[in-house]
Amino acid sequence: MYKEICAKYAPTKDNLIYILHEIQDTHPQHYISGEAVKDVSDYLKVPENHIYGVLTFYSMYSTKPRGKNIIRLCESPPCYIKGSDNILRKLKSILGVSVGETTKDGKFTLELCACLGVCGNAPVMMINEDVYGDLSEEKAEEIIDKIRGRN
Amino acid sequence: MKYYRSHVLVGINETSVAAGVHALLKELRAEISKAGLSDEINILETGPLGFFGKGICLTVYPENVNYENIKVEDIPELVQEHFLKGRPVGRLMLDSAGKFSPKFNYEKRIVLRNSGIIDPESIDDYIGAGGYEGWEKALTQMKPNEIVEEVKASGLRGRGGAGFPAGVKWSFTAPLDAEQKYVVVNADEGEPGTFKDRLIMEGDPHQLLEGIMICARAIGASKAYIYIRGEYKLCIMRLQKAIDDCRNYGILGTNIFESGFDLDIEIKIGAGAYVCGEETALIESLEGNRGHPRWKPPFPGVKGLWQAPTVVNNVETLANVPFIIAKGATEYKKYGTPECAGTKVYTILGDVAHPGLCEVDMGTTLRTIINEYAGGMKKGFKFKAALVGGAAGVILPDRLLDVKMDFSSLNQYAAVLGSGAILVMNEHQSIVDILWSILRFFRHESCGKCAPCKNGTQQLYRLITKIKKGEGTMEDVKLMQMIAETMQQTSFCALGQSPIMAIRSAIDNFRDEFIAITQK
Repeated sequence: MYKEICAKYAPTKDNLIYILHEIQDTHPQHYISGEAVKDVSDYLKVPENHIYGVLTFYSMYSTKPRGKNIIRLCESPPCYIKGSDNILRKLKSILGVSVGETTKDGKFTLELCACLGVCGNAPVMMINEDVYGDLSEEKAEEIIDKIRGRN
Repeated sequence: MKYYRSHVLVGINETSVAAGVHALLKELRAEISKAGLSDEINILETGPLGFFGKGICLTVYPENVNYENIKVEDIPELVQEHFLKGRPVGRLMLDSAGKFSPKFNYEKRIVLRNSGIIDPESIDDYIGAGGYEGWEKALTQMKPNEIVEEVKASGLRGRGGAGFPAGVKWSFTAPLDAEQKYVVVNADEGEPGTFKDRLIMEGDPHQLLEGIMICARAIGASKAYIYIRGEYKLCIMRLQKAIDDCRNYGILGTNIFESGFDLDIEIKIGAGAYVCGEETALIESLEGNRGHPRWKPPFPGVKGLWQAPTVVNNVETLANVPFIIAKGATEYKKYGTPECAGTKVYTILGDVAHPGLCEVDMGTTLRTIINEYAGGMKKGFKFKAALVGGAAGVILPDRLLDVKMDFSSLNQYAAVLGSGAILVMNEHQSIVDILWSILRFFRHESCGKCAPCKNGTQQLYRLITKIKKGEGTMEDVKLMQMIAETMQQTSFCALGQSPIMAIRSAIDNFRDEFIAITQK
């Protein structure tokens, strides 16, 4: 499966970031496994340690299995002064997880992230590809409930 | 071309899409057609409108009425009252009292002159607004060195941070004899509170492309990359459409306008690292490596991407270029100050009445920006401080509100101008708290290449946390400043050299607060 993804790209090192993006996006648990690293290494003729280095450098990649929905709450100053800490507390309590953890049912992973560039609507979080702004504790709970009901 | 009585501009952005703008548009079109107004009212899906209201926002021209948080159920009333009877609906307006409307200074805009007016997804709209005139002129009437000279003469300075003259940067690369040269656009906007580049790209993607083309011609590059962060989905989509349209129109490709010049532009998506805003780290990332900055010299202009001469410019810098070439450097210099030509785009956030974006002359004071373009402070709040320039920025008190915002007047604070982020804080907010948030950010984003930054950001965070908890002393405050100063002198790149800005300005301008919290 990983080999098929690799084959879509030319075997040059500058495609590493894109191959990793696609592997992660298409994996049901949104992560890049050791097996995937090996396949990419074979394909690009780049040592595994280089790939692991890239993988752990950028915040969008994960080496651990994650939930179906990935929540990324912004903790940068503009969201912080608008109360992102309260939103974080609320998310932790309704999901029953700490930052970096996945709910027992595998539906949500809670992460923090740096500025998403949507500061006009702080505080902001991203769930998968969608941005949710002007958050309040109630609104955050509603959003989670809605997604939970959907899948 | 059809003439309409009114134009309804609908802001399509991440927030409005999440709020269901597409369903709303369908309803709005249906309702307008039901009222028999399809030939009188034009609906235009566009980029940023110039203010950040809640949910879905609309602007109606020529009345210049702004609506916010429009819901599907409001549509019949809106169409009946405003569009049919000509009575704007007060309860839906941005400011229900109807007194404040963000100042629209389109006649004084360069970078955002089309933003919110044309359909950013239509190449014909851009051409209709005078687009690609500069490109045509650059390609058919000017020699590459004439382009460089014109940009030099315009006094355009880089809008990414340091404010280095763009024409001078190009002049290092242009004369080099190389098989391949590159233009790289830095669209990896990651400075907290900064999103002017997103708005420029969402509102007028073709203008950026035109700037890239002119730069490529000037330095002799046949390939350009736009390095953009993955979260900017709408920008990526619009830029890709713009590139495809240009290829179809023969504005990009081989032998453009029969000039023998070839150029292709490609979008490259980042993976989330603040340090990749540093030009050499960005190049490393493009090559498929960890985003560690490189030693300079050689500068990227001589040895950049894959060791080829490369000009790296910020989005806003390049978006200024089409105007300079089409209208000339003399016309451009009419904007801004003698030392600092042109305009600057700002995003104003926090406790102001109307958070939004504006483009004003270089040298406009912070006070004017806050009062005239953001409606002053939010009702019931008093101004305490403004964080200007994001995390690598400075915290300014009210006595510095009249400082002119340009590279030379801000002098010691100049590096912060590029980001254009203005975060306004009210009297209840704690400076120690905001500094804590800033230093937490740096601790997270330090790339780990050099020891001063890697260890320094950890220690700064440890100290500010101690102070925030009320367990610190003034010795800790002093130590924090000393560490940051050492980092400024010894760090490998701008990231480690930056925390001193926020720390020094916070301590200098709000010393009492540090004294109070350490004596608790």
